[in-house]
Amino acid sequence: MRLDVDIKSKAFESASGKRHQVLSDVSLSLSAGEVAVFVGPSGCGKSTLLRILAGLDHDFEGTVSRPQQARLGMVFQEPRLLPWRSVDDNVRLAAPLADEVTLSNLFNILELTAHRSHFPGELSLGLARRVALARAFAVDPDFLILDEPLASLDRALAARLRDQIATLVANRSAMTLLVTHELDDAIRLGDRLFFLSPRPARILHVVPIITPRAARNDMEVDRIRADLALLHLAAD
Amino acid sequence: MLRLLSLVIFLATWWIAALLAGSTKLPAPAAVMRVVISEAASGALFLNIGVTLARVALAFTLAITIGIALGYLMGRVRLANRLGDPWLILLLNLPALVVIVLAYIWAGLTEVAAIAAIAINKVPATIVTVREGTRALDTSLDEMAQVFAIPRWRAFRHVVLPQLAPYIAAAARSGLSLVWKIVLVAELLGRPNGVGFEIGVAFQLFDTPRLLAYALSFAAVVLVIETVLVQPFEARLTRWRLRAA
Repeated sequence: MRLDVDIKSKAFESASGKRHQVLSDVSLSLSAGEVAVFVGPSGCGKSTLLRILAGLDHDFEGTVSRPQQARLGMVFQEPRLLPWRSVDDNVRLAAPLADEVTLSNLFNILELTAHRSHFPGELSLGLARRVALARAFAVDPDFLILDEPLASLDRALAARLRDQIATLVANRSAMTLLVTHELDDAIRLGDRLFFLSPRPARILHVVPIITPRAARNDMEVDRIRADLALLHLAAD
Repeated sequence: MLRLLSLVIFLATWWIAALLAGSTKLPAPAAVMRVVISEAASGALFLNIGVTLARVALAFTLAITIGIALGYLMGRVRLANRLGDPWLILLLNLPALVVIVLAYIWAGLTEVAAIAAIAINKVPATIVTVREGTRALDTSLDEMAQVFAIPRWRAFRHVVLPQLAPYIAAAARSGLSLVWKIVLVAELLGRPNGVGFEIGVAFQLFDTPRLLAYALSFAAVVLVIETVLVQPFEARLTRWRLRAA
């Protein structure tokens, strides 16, 4: 299972007819079990890139090859749950093949067990985000895309959720793509960090993180952060 | 309680108006009630109302099914909308009477003609409402369904249909009241039974008690169906909204 991306250019036409280039020369490849993290300033085109990789946008120059039969799991920036279906049904609808043991295990890790019969309108944003995560993991994805899954959550909650994501990623051999603008999250979760330029986005630097994910304690994260600072990449 | 009071006031007003207008123009409630009872005893009342209800059910189901399908298509596909829109405007503004008369001329004085004519009157409004709903669909949820490769039919049922539900309910609600009215005209013009036919006969004989007996019995049935079937159904569709905090 392997993802090869070679995007030459992606442009939007604005309402006034002007062309805005969003992406230029983004090429990378990703293999099973690897976590790639895109770090870049907001508005640089990260979400556009993810939409192309998810197969939602075909209007670009270049090629993206991902295995046809690959199961895709995605967490969008907003939870995108069906408000008229319970938490349980939301997850089951996306993952009809998931068995009860897998699901209850997943709900357990994400601390959602008490909320399975609730409707999304009854959940806080943090909970809704977790349901979106549960849905993405429930399909047992070969290819997992996480678009700022921790944005606009308070620090403590974001940290807990990040650890939960780490646990879930560790048990799988999925290709994972994570987008974030928090360097801490990137360092704790990623195997390779791709630093993107402001719009039009291109890859500035690729930084592998060699320390095993389990060994990335606060001290280690600070050390990696200091190393990155030397590359003038840590500033956002 | 308030409903009962309003009914009592209605009957009282009727009684007084009947006294003032004279029994040929407006018979008293009791006189009408006597006709209702005798028609019910002979079974004719139930037969005629039953036949009319069957026509309503058939025409309504047909119209709403076709209307949802075409409205969804026109909301999703630009070409379909371009092609269909002139026809839609024509049909929306075509008087019901014209459709009914033409249907009887072309298809004969048959049951098929009657039901088709009623359905055709109702389809355009359904299309317009459902098309509006389709245009308002949340594309972010469509993308979600696409990413998770939810099969088309399942996505339609769980993602699209709940969003269309309020529009379909609105179309059904306004459509039903339209069908209630048109069905009587269609029966009056070309059917040998049904409430509309009986009202036509009563009109020719200037038999006001009979006319009112059928009209009010029919109205009562409509009222019962609206409160017992339509309103609970609407409440069920929007259940998830009520539970949201």
